[in-house]
Amino acid sequence: MFSSKFLKAAGLIVLALVAQVSFAQNRVITGKVTDSKDGSAMQGVTVAAKGANAVTQTGADGTFRLSVPDNAAALVFTFVGFNRQEISITGQNAVSVSLVNSNTGLGEVVVVAYGTRRKTDLTNAVTQVAARDFQKGNIASSEQLLQGKVAGLEVTTGGGSAGGGSKIRIRGSASLNASNDPLIVIDGVPVEGNGMAGASNLLNTINPNDIESMSVLKDASAAALYGARATNGVIIITTKKGTSRKPVFNFNTKLSVFNPHNRVKVLSANQVRDIVNGTGNSTYISLLGSENTDWQDQIYQNAVGFDNNLSIAGRQDFSKTFSLPYRFSVGYLTQEGTLKTNRFNRLSLAFNLSPKFFKDHLSLNINGKFANTKTRFADEGAIGTAIGFDPTQAVYNKSSNKYGGFWEWELGGSPLGLAPRNPVGLLELQNNKSTLNRFIGNIQADYKLHFFPDLHVLVNLGIDNAVTDGLYVRDSISVLSVLGDQSKGRYSQYGGKKYSKLADVQLFYQKDFGRGNKLDVLAGHGYQEYMTDARNYLTYFQDGVTEQPGQSLDFPVITDGFAIESYIGRANLTLANKYLFQASVRRDASSKFAKANRNAIFPAVSFAWKLNEDLFKNVSAINELKLRLGWGETGQQDGIANSYYAPLYYLAGAGAQFNFGNTFTQPYRPTAYNPDLQWETTQTLNLGLDYVLFGNRISGAIDIYQKKTNDLISSIDVAPGSNFDVTMTYNIGSLVNKGIEFSINTVPVKNKNLTWDLGFNVTHNNAEITSLYNSDAPGYKGIQVGGISGGTGNNIMIHTVGYAPFTFYPNRQVYTADGKPIEGLYDDVDRNGIVDDGDRVYYKDPNADLMFGFNTGITYKKFTASLAGHGMIGNYLYNNYNSNNAVLRNINNPVRYIGNAGVNYLETRFTNNRYLSDYYIENASFFRLDNINFGYDLGMVINKKARLRLNANIQNVFVITKYSGADPENTGGIDNNIYPRPRIFTIGANLDF
Amino acid sequence: MKNKLLISAMSVFAGAVILSSCAKKLDITPSNALNSSQVYSSPENFKKVLGKLYATLSTTGNSGPAGTPDIGGGLDEGSQIAFIRGFFNCQELPTDEAVVAWNDQTIWDFHYLRWNSADPFLKGMYARPIYNVSLANELLRNSTDAKLSEYGISGADATIVKNMRSEARFLRAFNYWVMLDLFGKSTFVTENDPVSNFIPPEISKTNLFKFIEDELKAIDAELPAAKTAEYGRVDKAAAWGLLARLYLNAGTYIGTTKYTEAITYAKKVIDAGYTLNTNYRWMFQADNNVTSKNEFIFVAPCDGLTGKAYGNTTFFIHAPAGADYRDFGANNGWFGYRATAAFAALWPDLSGGTDKRAMFQTSVFNATMSQAQISDITDFSNGLHVNKYRNIRSDGAPVNDPNSEFSDIDFPLIRLAEMYLIYAEAVLRGGTGGDAATALGYINALRTRAGASTISAGSLNLQFILDERARELYWEGHRRTDLVRYGLLTTGTYLWPWKGGVASGTAVNSKFNIYPVPVANLNSNKNLTQNTGY
Repeated sequence: MFSSKFLKAAGLIVLALVAQVSFAQNRVITGKVTDSKDGSAMQGVTVAAKGANAVTQTGADGTFRLSVPDNAAALVFTFVGFNRQEISITGQNAVSVSLVNSNTGLGEVVVVAYGTRRKTDLTNAVTQVAARDFQKGNIASSEQLLQGKVAGLEVTTGGGSAGGGSKIRIRGSASLNASNDPLIVIDGVPVEGNGMAGASNLLNTINPNDIESMSVLKDASAAALYGARATNGVIIITTKKGTSRKPVFNFNTKLSVFNPHNRVKVLSANQVRDIVNGTGNSTYISLLGSENTDWQDQIYQNAVGFDNNLSIAGRQDFSKTFSLPYRFSVGYLTQEGTLKTNRFNRLSLAFNLSPKFFKDHLSLNINGKFANTKTRFADEGAIGTAIGFDPTQAVYNKSSNKYGGFWEWELGGSPLGLAPRNPVGLLELQNNKSTLNRFIGNIQADYKLHFFPDLHVLVNLGIDNAVTDGLYVRDSISVLSVLGDQSKGRYSQYGGKKYSKLADVQLFYQKDFGRGNKLDVLAGHGYQEYMTDARNYLTYFQDGVTEQPGQSLDFPVITDGFAIESYIGRANLTLANKYLFQASVRRDASSKFAKANRNAIFPAVSFAWKLNEDLFKNVSAINELKLRLGWGETGQQDGIANSYYAPLYYLAGAGAQFNFGNTFTQPYRPTAYNPDLQWETTQTLNLGLDYVLFGNRISGAIDIYQKKTNDLISSIDVAPGSNFDVTMTYNIGSLVNKGIEFSINTVPVKNKNLTWDLGFNVTHNNAEITSLYNSDAPGYKGIQVGGISGGTGNNIMIHTVGYAPFTFYPNRQVYTADGKPIEGLYDDVDRNGIVDDGDRVYYKDPNADLMFGFNTGITYKKFTASLAGHGMIGNYLYNNYNSNNAVLRNINNPVRYIGNAGVNYLETRFTNNRYLSDYYIENASFFRLDNINFGYDLGMVINKKARLRLNANIQNVFVITKYSGADPENTGGIDNNIYPRPRIFTIGANLDF
Repeated sequence: MKNKLLISAMSVFAGAVILSSCAKKLDITPSNALNSSQVYSSPENFKKVLGKLYATLSTTGNSGPAGTPDIGGGLDEGSQIAFIRGFFNCQELPTDEAVVAWNDQTIWDFHYLRWNSADPFLKGMYARPIYNVSLANELLRNSTDAKLSEYGISGADATIVKNMRSEARFLRAFNYWVMLDLFGKSTFVTENDPVSNFIPPEISKTNLFKFIEDELKAIDAELPAAKTAEYGRVDKAAAWGLLARLYLNAGTYIGTTKYTEAITYAKKVIDAGYTLNTNYRWMFQADNNVTSKNEFIFVAPCDGLTGKAYGNTTFFIHAPAGADYRDFGANNGWFGYRATAAFAALWPDLSGGTDKRAMFQTSVFNATMSQAQISDITDFSNGLHVNKYRNIRSDGAPVNDPNSEFSDIDFPLIRLAEMYLIYAEAVLRGGTGGDAATALGYINALRTRAGASTISAGSLNLQFILDERARELYWEGHRRTDLVRYGLLTTGTYLWPWKGGVASGTAVNSKFNIYPVPVANLNSNKNLTQNTGY
């Protein structure tokens, strides 16, 4: 069996190393560490004897005392965010050290898979962003802190909804049907980011104020230790800890105003009246109203949000051998949505305790994070409805209280069936609220063996529990209730629970052989399960008592989940401080696959060459220069139903029964299954160069990569009759992403009073499908995807070999000589005389050719100012607003009501929807200035007991684009019903005491 | 010493691994799922599996009305994988009986007779019968003697289960008949084939015809006697009725006519004791499961609360309704389907005054010849508004769905009137075993029920029967088969508005007498072959 072999191998490695242990005489070094910027004492700096096994940390006053072997020649000082510094101790027992803040240097310690590593020793593509570099302003969801900050990382907010989530992509999308979301690991606990009723976004349960750093593991050699879940990269979130002995309080407060400045351009009431009167159709003319209502004005509001956070961090020294660093924080955020009735509140509590026992032989790291979020979801359908609603009608019916007084389309005194509903009524007469309680906690123990201190035993036990409770109430007077609930309203509960357990244990061996030769080895085992309880409820009328007819509740709770059991191993070898080697392997067994396919091995190797220690050793302009080469294999199992391999039956619901003898009974249905399903695997090759030049004034990295995904998990057509469906999930096809990333951070000016930082990153990624099931069959075009609004079942995209995933697949519009599209006239590409499906063409795709981010900041004495922005070039967007709304049919609707059309109608004058025209596919390249931030440090206030900083911030300042729709930044390539991103004005204060 | 250290270290690690492995479980299934030995544990459960075979003709998934569809593939649950709606689109839209105003994907191609093999509606209509066949095979596979003893079912229980096998075989034969009629051949799977990664063979029209014929005859002995099965289940008469239909169209299907056999089996049904319902309208109303049992031989039951789908008879009470939705017993109209002026011309008058079967809308959309003209097929107010299906009970009691969204109307798949018409037509076409006088009597029985004038023997000719079939069976899914049998679907002999995409109608390529095999299936199954011309 693999595991026992593995243990034997690990044992051999350990044995080989034990032989190296030697013993020596000791002496004591004392000293003090200060910040080079202001000379203040630095606490928590790691002080280690070079080439020996002696480590300590500085105290609150910056001092340290370390017993080192006589032969130790130097001490190494490291601290997150500061340059590593090496000081010779030959002939001296007291040193004073001043550390240089390194925004960019390779000296900082970076959080990596299962551990940390000095940036200078990294062999992989990893970017860490520390708290000070996060996006600023009012940010409720933690992933948005990284927007535009990391080359190769794309964070696209889903819209402006309060507490809403984002799409996160690292180096494009490696999968077609499976998830493309990266794995999120919070303090060593991999968590699920989504998929829960009543929780719009599980990442909004982490308070950004508690985050110390976020690490983005981009290439496979960095991520492969996460095995089966690492194909889309990994984001590791590390929360803050206590360090100084004296308790430090921090209080910060923010007030934000959210302005919904962004609108879809639609026709005015008078334009609609002119158009309807112009058609001369008396049916429609008689329906016209005399009002001038801007429905978008009616559904949006200027919203206000507050964010207050208080934390205390410090260290309690109980005795010489037992000290307890701690941090506690509490945060309360409340935020209105710009869509009326939308609201998000979050109460968050977090603590960290990191005590050390037995002369530092045992370190514990105990994290707990609790969040209680309350969300009131607005009916976002009101956004699309407002855009298309008749502007000649009033919001309120002046002559009747029917439907709560909201004006609605009627026919013969009843609501008109297929007509849209009053958008304001949709918001006001429905109330959908949910509460989420989530606790993420873990205990990490690091035991340095008493009898063999080079060897650590690491144990990590964690849980992640989230419970939601939701309630949807529809008022009985709502037009929806008149249509669907016999005018009795609706009361329906929903909710569920997710609970994940983690148990990891690892052995870690670390040995410094001196002269720049080092080795560390990690071997471990882990088990994690993710379970979900989906709760089902009966639906009641609004009174909450009377049940709606025709229901039955077969399963009040449905429990389902998956689990992964793993073995991991990793070795790092450094030779002569110039050549770094890393090799890792992970074996995962997942419950998502049949027993025979359950196991997979994910190896990775990488190599780095510190050129500055070798070829350019004497070039003073080059502080650090490192070449990296890495290869690894990662897996993907998301996007597969938990038990898809197993032949299972499900009982049908109460609405799908059969009638035998006028008695209705719920049938059993067999479900399609694929016992041969396997993980998707991705092989990534990465070549990178890290550089730090001119005394840290210029730094950055260049990476070139290729990601080849095989056994793509894809939904494909299967032969009817071969299984219980015609499309099934199979491992079919492959996909290649190739790209280059470049980042540069510079400090053009740095003197006593003024510092100017300037950073820029750019990414080019190109994806291409290289094989698909049956793609060689004659006439085979590909897998149609990209469902659009309007009609039924219309798709605008396709997966085809040789093209990017989600390539648009429209008909080619024919234009007049003066450039106007001719309605319904498409190019007969195959020249067979009929324009049909065979004339659809591959045309552009929604993926950007180039993504870039920039940030710049100046610090002048006590004043700071910064800007941050990001953009994309070559991303195309299907303007579904225009294709669905900007036609005459939308004004004179055949279902006998009047609607509004986009201003694009004035350009095309199309009568009917022409969904498949490539006219609606637009270049959506853009640049967005995300953030302008001003800060002023008032220094010590209140009898010099507290330090006060003030700041002001504008988010989503402006967008430059030629795209004709409301917002060019879009998560799926189809622009449709997005909650507009507001412009946010924030003022805040930060008090340390 | 060092060995001791190592052993200690390894044992700490091993201990921790064991600790963390305690929780190890990698066999996780959803708590609401059952495996086959749990499902097939009792006759009651077998009945729930058999029930699904019937339910697939009216519902579309496991949730009702929508959600967890039976068939995925990006097909729309309401309009593309529903049997009744899909069958209606294939059988009625290409004819004079129906046009549609919506422009959902390729839906206009049906009335224009210009569909191609990429059509998503056809992909759904190919998938649905084969899916239903797969379910029947699964029941047959799990009800063999060996399986029953494996599941611990014996004695009387085993007999109950074994009797279900003939029903499953009937339903399989019915679904294969749908394939034969629409596609002229089929993917062929039986209980002897495995589930999962295998490529089924294709069966030719001749062999498929023979398979259906043999199966229906083979189960004749096993099915319950006619009129003895409980409502919603089939008995011998259903098998006879389907055989009669199969034989009437044998010329189309296999190029050999079998009118004598058609007469034989139509007669068996007619003689089994079924009677014409006194009120034609009642057969298409919400309580037809009560009022019309005497005429129904095989139905797809629908219910506004317990048998919900957007593609069962719910479709018939919404799609042809507009502002007049209340006349359909619906809570709204979908402003979509109407009939053409050519169909209107088959009626002496459209008011229902001379023929009660003329159930056309008069309250909002006037049922007049000028109203029936269609200048723009996207304009719902053009065309003859068909008000045949009404979700209203004959006794005036409320329907099951208090919102009147979902229909209670059961869809008749085989009813007695069709047997009368098959008998008459087969006699006229030279089949033996029947006589012209009886045929005339049957036709006049239908006309009398409708309040229409009776006809003389001299008026009874094939054209009259075709027209009478239209008047009796319109919007029940027969018209395309009839026009093909009469050689009128694609030719220029009979034109109706917008046939071939032209307002005045035009002939089209004869390949449109049969539907193409969807290209997605050709790609995923190399054993399948395309029909001529596609």
